[in-house]
Amino acid sequence: MIKTLFQKIGAGALTMLVPGMLWAQDRAKWNFQEPHTSVAREMYDLHTIVLVICVVICVGVFGAMVYSIVYHRKSIGHKAAHFHENTTVEILWTVIPIFILIGMALPATKSVLAMRDTSSPDMTIKVTGYQWKWGYEYLKGEGDLAGIADGVQLFSVLSTPREQIYGNEPKGENYLLEVDTPLVVPVGKKVRVLLTANDVIHAWWVPAFGVKQDAVPGFIRDSWFKVDKPGIYRGQCAELCGKEHGFMPIVVEVVEPAKFAEWAGKHKTAAAPVASTAAVAAAGGGDGKGTYEKVCSVCHASGVAGAPKFGDKVAWKPRIATGADALHNSALKGKNAMPPKGGMADLPDGDVVAAVDYMMKAAK
Amino acid sequence: MSAVIGHEHDHDHDHAHGHEYHPGGLMRWVKTTNHKDIGTMYLWFSFVMFLTGGFMAMVIRAELFKPGMQIVNPEVFNQMTTLHGLIMVFGAIMPAFVGFANWLIPMQIGAPDMAFPRMNNWSFWLLPPAALLLIISLFVPGGAPGVGWTLYAPLTVQQGMGMDLTIFAVHILGMSSIMGSINIVTTILNLRAPGMTLMKMPLFVWTWLITAYLLIAVMPVFAGAVTMTLTDRHFGTHFFNAAGGGDPVLYQHIFWFFGHPEVYIIAIPAFGVVSQVIPAFSRKPLFGYTSMVYAVASIAILSFLVWAHHMYTTGLPVTAQLYYMYATMLIAVPTGVKVFNWVATMWKGSLTFETPMLFSLGFLFLFTIGGFSGLVLSIVPVDIQLQDTYYVVAHFHYVMVAGALFSAFAGIYFWLPKWTGHMYDETLGKVHFWLSFIFFNMIFFVQHFLGLAGMPRRVPDYAPQFTDFNMISSIGAFGFGLSQLLFLYVVIKTIRSHEPAPQKPWEGADSLEWTHLPTPAPYHSFVTPPTVK
Ligand SMILES: [Cu+2]
Ligand SMILES: [Cu+2]
Repeated sequence: MIKTLFQKIGAGALTMLVPGMLWAQDRAKWNFQEPHTSVAREMYDLHTIVLVICVVICVGVFGAMVYSIVYHRKSIGHKAAHFHENTTVEILWTVIPIFILIGMALPATKSVLAMRDTSSPDMTIKVTGYQWKWGYEYLKGEGDLAGIADGVQLFSVLSTPREQIYGNEPKGENYLLEVDTPLVVPVGKKVRVLLTANDVIHAWWVPAFGVKQDAVPGFIRDSWFKVDKPGIYRGQCAELCGKEHGFMPIVVEVVEPAKFAEWAGKHKTAAAPVASTAAVAAAGGGDGKGTYEKVCSVCHASGVAGAPKFGDKVAWKPRIATGADALHNSALKGKNAMPPKGGMADLPDGDVVAAVDYMMKAAK
Repeated sequence: MSAVIGHEHDHDHDHAHGHEYHPGGLMRWVKTTNHKDIGTMYLWFSFVMFLTGGFMAMVIRAELFKPGMQIVNPEVFNQMTTLHGLIMVFGAIMPAFVGFANWLIPMQIGAPDMAFPRMNNWSFWLLPPAALLLIISLFVPGGAPGVGWTLYAPLTVQQGMGMDLTIFAVHILGMSSIMGSINIVTTILNLRAPGMTLMKMPLFVWTWLITAYLLIAVMPVFAGAVTMTLTDRHFGTHFFNAAGGGDPVLYQHIFWFFGHPEVYIIAIPAFGVVSQVIPAFSRKPLFGYTSMVYAVASIAILSFLVWAHHMYTTGLPVTAQLYYMYATMLIAVPTGVKVFNWVATMWKGSLTFETPMLFSLGFLFLFTIGGFSGLVLSIVPVDIQLQDTYYVVAHFHYVMVAGALFSAFAGIYFWLPKWTGHMYDETLGKVHFWLSFIFFNMIFFVQHFLGLAGMPRRVPDYAPQFTDFNMISSIGAFGFGLSQLLFLYVVIKTIRSHEPAPQKPWEGADSLEWTHLPTPAPYHSFVTPPTVK
């Protein structure tokens, strides 16, 4: 009987063995991503503390259980005792956990207060969730960096090609975690984000920053981060927001302040008109057909360098599905082989937008 | 302490009922008002739903086997996650425990039947149409809602007609639950045998009394939330639309005011089953009966006060985050008491490990892990990282599958001899347990790591670094799914077996259905009430 028990335990251990082998292979997969803000680091440490306490209690409880299973078996002739209460023990195992919980609640409270303190930021960015992309707008606000990037606006759309998702091409290194235009912020500065959404609830989540905040349509929420190291950080939308929910990643490029100022300067002039592409088109500023024939048709008439062919419904469908704004943005800022505005930098934005609309219409 | 039975009042149960009318064939089941027939129908219905929801889980796990979109498109994937959740919660687990309640409450309190037999019939027969509405929603234009079982607004407002069918299904399921609960409360409070005071009731009966009150309190709240969604969709209201003065987060508050108690509606009857099984196979009375009752009651009361722990990332005020964190952590205390009591019941017992006991130990082991991951999630800063990741998926499946489902299996193996009159195949039962236990951990243990490393839930595709664990999880899922067919085989084999089971096959069992009723249990449980001392 004991022998079969050990066989059973062995079978149980086997399920743990496979993860055990993977452990050796790559430790990063087993825990929180490396934290890069003070908030994320507190989250990491708090999780470690709570996990250790839980494991210790587990060992105690399961130890008693296993001891009982092994030594209080009928098959080895153990006779049942008849106690069914013990006031001292019962009071102890009610009161001791309360103290353990208080021990966990204290550091947790401290972290919550720090996490929610969005006061005196160096700069403020408004984040808007759309089905299915992220919009960023550098707000005019107070703080050290006020004025540097005021009014810069950009849209961040998944840049993994459909071919990779549907298995027609090998998957790239940052599969599903890459965007056309990342958010750029300076290192070591307190960045406050104001979040909202355009349609349904999304959630802006960058694990390394310890920021996960729902973006609720019609309301503004806030959060903050101060990143300690330049680099590229990746996250995803964390609230189910419809069919492309799994395809609206977040990429944040954290750069030195000087580089940030340079980037901002470049985008301030270039981006201003982009802000209102739809408005420009609506105002009737653009000449779609003419622009297409003059500029776009060079590539799009025959499908040069992977360009979707004019009128090719199959090629256009997934692109149209990303939304008109995304396509306008791609045309204005360039995408894959296509340079910004198809290489004609002095073309009015309205014409580019109109040309995109004209091409979309032809492919519907 | 469980009931002490007056054996001198043990009477002959051979009371054939000449006065009763038993329609045969299909009409027997359509018209029946008998608690055992209705209990049987609840259990079979729940098993069919379990296989349906399970099939959807297989589609989900097949799609997630490796990165890239292979089997379904994202819309269908979202529909699968939504229906899997709704069907498992409302179609499989809840009806399974109502089936147990029907079968066992009259037998355990010494009553002939439920208090309202006709209403009992109706509460069951509302379920199949509701389930049908959910299934039909897959085939209407726009398909089933792809919004998750939580049905968050305003995504629900964008959905097609499938959403409306789902809302009506929820209404019908709610009506069924409320009627079932009123029946259970009335039965327990009024039909107990002489001498059976509340504090002598078997723990299973206690857990259902408390669960029924929870259901009556929160099902109307859920019905309200989905009705507000319905009027937002079609009748121009703006409950959840900021443009009209509403608030999308209001939906979440209403939903989770229902949703958190709902977790306990599922878990508490499971506690009841395990509290019957563990003492029986430890041959020792349940440790701390009184504290068990108080623990269940305080869990039920606390469950109304913690709902926003599901909403830490919605932008609650900081004071609310702190309050909900403290209140949620507090639930660990009564939950701990229960676990300690079960272990103390086994302590110095005389243990044997038949299938019901194995499933109960599996429950105890895995539910404790699920409880601890719940404690981890109650800590606001930690939850910020884990909210809406696979860690949460792992956590609630430890509670729902290893908690509720394993205890339902324990209960079925435990009472199957009483129900069918035949003994089940012990070897196959044990095989079923070990397969379920191993595959369960394969599916869900690794999902903790996926969540920690940053894989969001409800996504049809993922970044390649999550591939290994997803593959393990998917293989586990297929194994778990197949193992349940073995369970079906074991049950059918038991029903068709010719080997009669004894009145009390379990040495340590001591409630009325074992001590006072023959096997199989007679059609009407107690025509003359037994006297309980
Ligand atoms: Cu989203
Ligand atoms: Cu909850």
